Amino acid sequence: MKLKGADILINCLLEQGVDTIFGYPGGAVLDIYDALYRNGKINHILTAHEQGAAHAADGYARATGKVGVCFATSGPGATNLVTGIATAFMDSVPLVAVTGNVGLNMLGRDSFQEVDIAGITMPITKHNYIVKDVSELAETIRKAFYIANSGRKGPVLIDILKNVQVAECEYEPQKPYPLKEFGIDGDKIRETADIINAAKKPLIIAGGGVISCEASPYLKELAKKLNAPVTYTLMGKGAIPDGDPLCIGMLGMHGTFSAAKALIASDVIIALGTRFSDRVALNRELFANGKKVIHIDIDNAEFDKNVKTTVRVLASVDAYLKAVLPLLSGRGREWMDEVETFEQGEKLKVDTSIMAYKILKKASALAPKGNPVIADVGQHQMWAAQYFAAERPRQFLTSGGLGTMGYSMGAAIGASFGTGKLCTVVVGDGCFNMNMNELSTAVTQGVPLVILLMNNSVLGMVRQWQKIFYSRRFSQTTLDKKTDYVKFAESFGAKGLKICGESEIESVLKEAYSYAAEKCAPVLVDCHISCDENVLPMIKPGQTYDTQLETMEEN
Amino acid sequence: MDEVKKYTIGALVSNKSGVLTRISGLFARRGYNIESLTVCATEDPEVSRMTIILKGDEYMLYQMIRQMDKLEDVKKIGCANELDCVYRELLLVKVKADAEARNQIVQIKEIYKAKVVDLSIDTMILELTGDPEKLDAFIKVIEPYGILEMQRTGVTVLARGQHTLKDRDCYGDHIN
Repeated sequence: MKLKGADILINCLLEQGVDTIFGYPGGAVLDIYDALYRNGKINHILTAHEQGAAHAADGYARATGKVGVCFATSGPGATNLVTGIATAFMDSVPLVAVTGNVGLNMLGRDSFQEVDIAGITMPITKHNYIVKDVSELAETIRKAFYIANSGRKGPVLIDILKNVQVAECEYEPQKPYPLKEFGIDGDKIRETADIINAAKKPLIIAGGGVISCEASPYLKELAKKLNAPVTYTLMGKGAIPDGDPLCIGMLGMHGTFSAAKALIASDVIIALGTRFSDRVALNRELFANGKKVIHIDIDNAEFDKNVKTTVRVLASVDAYLKAVLPLLSGRGREWMDEVETFEQGEKLKVDTSIMAYKILKKASALAPKGNPVIADVGQHQMWAAQYFAAERPRQFLTSGGLGTMGYSMGAAIGASFGTGKLCTVVVGDGCFNMNMNELSTAVTQGVPLVILLMNNSVLGMVRQWQKIFYSRRFSQTTLDKKTDYVKFAESFGAKGLKICGESEIESVLKEAYSYAAEKCAPVLVDCHISCDENVLPMIKPGQTYDTQLETMEEN
Repeated sequence: MDEVKKYTIGALVSNKSGVLTRISGLFARRGYNIESLTVCATEDPEVSRMTIILKGDEYMLYQMIRQMDKLEDVKKIGCANELDCVYRELLLVKVKADAEARNQIVQIKEIYKAKVVDLSIDTMILELTGDPEKLDAFIKVIEPYGILEMQRTGVTVLARGQHTLKDRDCYGDHIN
């Protein structure tokens, strides 16, 4: 059948099973929005800002494992997606961003709202396209989904010129392309099995790759068989439940004591779907320090990029684990017994006196089990990672690689639409002020969110660094806004609550969770915390794991 | 940084607009400089061939090859092994050549088997094809006469024998 380009786009999205799109209309996508309207089969969520749409598509993708889709118009609409696309790129989130652009006869003439979005997004996408001819449109969309979802996942942008949206072309529905299968080198599998079988103290590091390829059941099997501790990176939180007896918590700059000590004591590191970022391998030369490192990753370019490895296996984590598990022999409890002596009461020795701990621990207990938790970026992100227990993969969503302040509101809306569940947002007041406009989206769309606004009136993480490295010169980190967040929430049509003291925590959180669930609506909880609560423990950038600080060491 | 060498990366890429930007962007982002770059069409109209000379250590080479290999537009990639490849480059150099210098320059070009492709009262354009080191040596000898301008095409490289880049299924000798 002959269809207009805009209708081909919508039909191709349906081919891919797209049920929800996050976006914002404009001049260069009028035809696409008209096709969306006429078709009526896809749910479109109108955000307050295109950045919110990009983060929502990202949150949707992380929470469901499906490809997230966002729409924006040309020029500023497209550039507003950039931070969201870069966020998804750094965390390997499958995303297809569709932008409109001026027609071919206007291209390159600095036309109104014209921008070279393909050029701008080149380094932050897996691939991108400018579609100039309607005959290429359907194939481009199918390939975009294939690329976004295959191998190491990531964002793809399709810039569709105005003339392509209105031009007609023959269209035949097609099934999505099957994803690429990776063959695994059998010798490499045996080599790793030999190293693991000979190991005395193996440590498993689970990264985001474990979650991307749904390898959690095999990870648990591996840990059980080896009786080996599992630590996770920020992106790997949820790969193994926080309550699992073999889980020793997060590794890295603000990771647990047990994880740091287990790393030091270990003789073999089994790194699964992780890229040894500078927040984990703080000192990349000394990170492994003579230990054998087995690195499993789907991206060949990650091998030896940051940390020199002993054996590299190019494979998805699930395929690798399925292949290696039968070759491994079971082990006794000696190593795990030793690891348990590293734990001191809590798996993380924390300052339990801080309000952030009390609030997040309580929220973790009161929130519906396994429902998505979306953390923004900064101190509250680390507290959420430390105190909020994740039961399952795809539960804990946060911008790890790019560290995008303002990520959480959009992402939570996307995660809630993807799962149909009530979500908890943990956000600082600095981050919230960046994309608080999306509270209006949550109200309009009836999104059940409990937004824990960790309000300390400062940019807490930067302030913490100013304390450690800059002799308490608090340059531009004191926000001191006069905003009444309860009134703010109410003015947006949301429920506003406040926690000022410890005695209020439980009752207010209970009220928040029951309101959000019953009314299917967002609740903002303004949690007053001190500006001098710190994230501990901490390892300074570039330092080794034996230098972990229990208390603040100020300069 | 480990030992710095000149590495030759060969790649078959889509013959489309924007591909060069994608590839050069990967180098620029890491602060790596491309020493020499040659791009041309091939026997297949959909494929271009790129030859890139990278000055750096093995880490830089591995990263660049693996990063380039991730691009959708890169079909095949490999690092040329110096011993098994033929390297050629073409040089055009315009040199000052008055009546007095002319004979001496002609003698030099005889030794290098260069060609005179243009002659005026006091200038001469010489053409020389050969491996990059031969061109370097020639330029050194001709330099004292006064080089007015020059251009090199950049390196082209093919593996000896039956091997071709398009039949390659792995990265080649340096990479595992």
